[in-house]
Amino acid sequence: MAEFFKALDQFPVTLKHWLMGHASGVLPEWALPLVSAALSITPILAVFPLMFALTTVIERKGLGRIQNRIGPNRVGIPLTDIRLWGFGQFIADGIKSLIKEDVVPRAADKVVHFLAPIALLIPVLLTYSVLPFGRNMVPLDLPQTGLLFFFAVGASTELSVFMAGWSSRNKYSLLGAMRAIAQMVSYEIPLILSSLTVVMMAGTLSLTGIVESQADVRFGFLHSWHLFTPWGFVGFLLFLTAAAAEANRTPFDLPEAESEIIAGYFTEYSGFKFAIFFLAEYLGLFAMCGLGITLFLGGWLSPVNIAPFTWIPSWCWFLGKLSALIVLFIWLRGTLPRLRTDQLMGFAWKFLLPMTLINLVVAALWHMSGGAVHVVIRWGVGFAMLAIPYWLLGRGFEASVGKRIYRYAN
Amino acid sequence: MTLPFAIIAGLTVGSAIAAMSLRNMVHCALSLVLTFAGLAGLYLQLNAEFVGFTQILVYVGAVSILIVFAILLTRSTEPKDEPSTVTPWAGISVAVGAFLTMALAVLASPVGKRLAAPAPEVSVKTLGQKLMTDYVLPLEVMALLLTAAMLGAVIIAMREKEGK
Repeated sequence: MAEFFKALDQFPVTLKHWLMGHASGVLPEWALPLVSAALSITPILAVFPLMFALTTVIERKGLGRIQNRIGPNRVGIPLTDIRLWGFGQFIADGIKSLIKEDVVPRAADKVVHFLAPIALLIPVLLTYSVLPFGRNMVPLDLPQTGLLFFFAVGASTELSVFMAGWSSRNKYSLLGAMRAIAQMVSYEIPLILSSLTVVMMAGTLSLTGIVESQADVRFGFLHSWHLFTPWGFVGFLLFLTAAAAEANRTPFDLPEAESEIIAGYFTEYSGFKFAIFFLAEYLGLFAMCGLGITLFLGGWLSPVNIAPFTWIPSWCWFLGKLSALIVLFIWLRGTLPRLRTDQLMGFAWKFLLPMTLINLVVAALWHMSGGAVHVVIRWGVGFAMLAIPYWLLGRGFEASVGKRIYRYAN
Repeated sequence: MTLPFAIIAGLTVGSAIAAMSLRNMVHCALSLVLTFAGLAGLYLQLNAEFVGFTQILVYVGAVSILIVFAILLTRSTEPKDEPSTVTPWAGISVAVGAFLTMALAVLASPVGKRLAAPAPEVSVKTLGQKLMTDYVLPLEVMALLLTAAMLGAVIIAMREKEGK
């Protein structure tokens, strides 16, 4: 039985080895690395865009439920009466965006306008290449610089956003791009600093190494995910907040605030180019969630080391955790209002940044006191060092109840 | 010269030329970013992973945004219709002459004939440890300098606001 589940766990790897074994007899020597790379890329290009397509439907259905309506439930399999609870919607959406007219403004900078969606999608797809999706399943294993690669490639999306906003020659596009850049630059710092705690504790930048550092078993059944420590718990929450801002998700969706600036930096994009922006945004969110899972939620590890849980294939755990985080983000979108720009910046610089810096100190103390100090004292000190600054810093953001003063409306 | 090197080098040089010769300032900045990315590719070719990715993180991710903002905030990006007043030929000949002299000097010097020392296995860990032990003073001086520059920028921005 265990052998069967082990085989199921490693099935994608064995399949690739089997295909490569057959290809090596047929293809010339120089083509083999290309075929190997293509075989690693294909599942990423198949799974995550499909996940994006399903997420668009689930998100609309979920938001519908939160807003007390039904959501899309009509489109099923074409030419039949099967409705599939509306899950055929994404096919209809895809066809619609493909056959829509591609309108480019006359004043737009045509070349940059054309290149912007491509320059946005490619870095986002590249970030997937270092994420470990399962045991032995990482397309590009960088033992020295895995996490650095993720952030380096992710940082180059800011320029693509600028390209889109500037080349459209539209004030709303430019405003959206400026908002997006200001937000992404600000939230990148807490994002990287909160991930740095994990690097400190695991002692490696390799994402596979970080997953393996969480594989120890505690109390006989519990995997030692970084989430199960004071610094890891707080770090994960900080990471999730910064990741939401990096991916322009509500409550941080100012760059494309529909009620204020139409659609932000992709106002002047239509048809399939718009679909590419939409795709890149969601894939960016999935990649951020994947990184959060790898850093704090044990990657492809099961939460407990007991038989029925360990039988489930590692890639199922990864995709399951990813789905859970996506549902969390849909929930947040349905229930939280959008921030104001000054609140957004204040939150990044006055709250998230100090908290991540304190979290670094707590992680260092946790590391130093390992084994020497009793567990209860470690937890108590760690949580006190994080909870007190949280309370002190958070006070400034509470809404003060008093007479409202209107600056312009009086 | 391998094929990947040729592609990356061609991209780097081509985008550098474009960055100098295009008339629209934002186009120049975008070509310059491509040059930065090409340089990162060259570092990766030399197995300097850390330097290569840091180059992308710092130059493509941050310095490019700085350049673009500086252009947008200080001047109009509209290319002027008037023809360029400077002919490039004098500059090109000076550049080619300088490059040739340097290349010949390097080729003639004994540096190239020396046997290359075996490349030490440099990991990011040793890099970090060196920065925190042997090179901690330069690191701290640089941190101080950057903090001072940041404070200066904030003070300049504040004064402008008061003047209004």
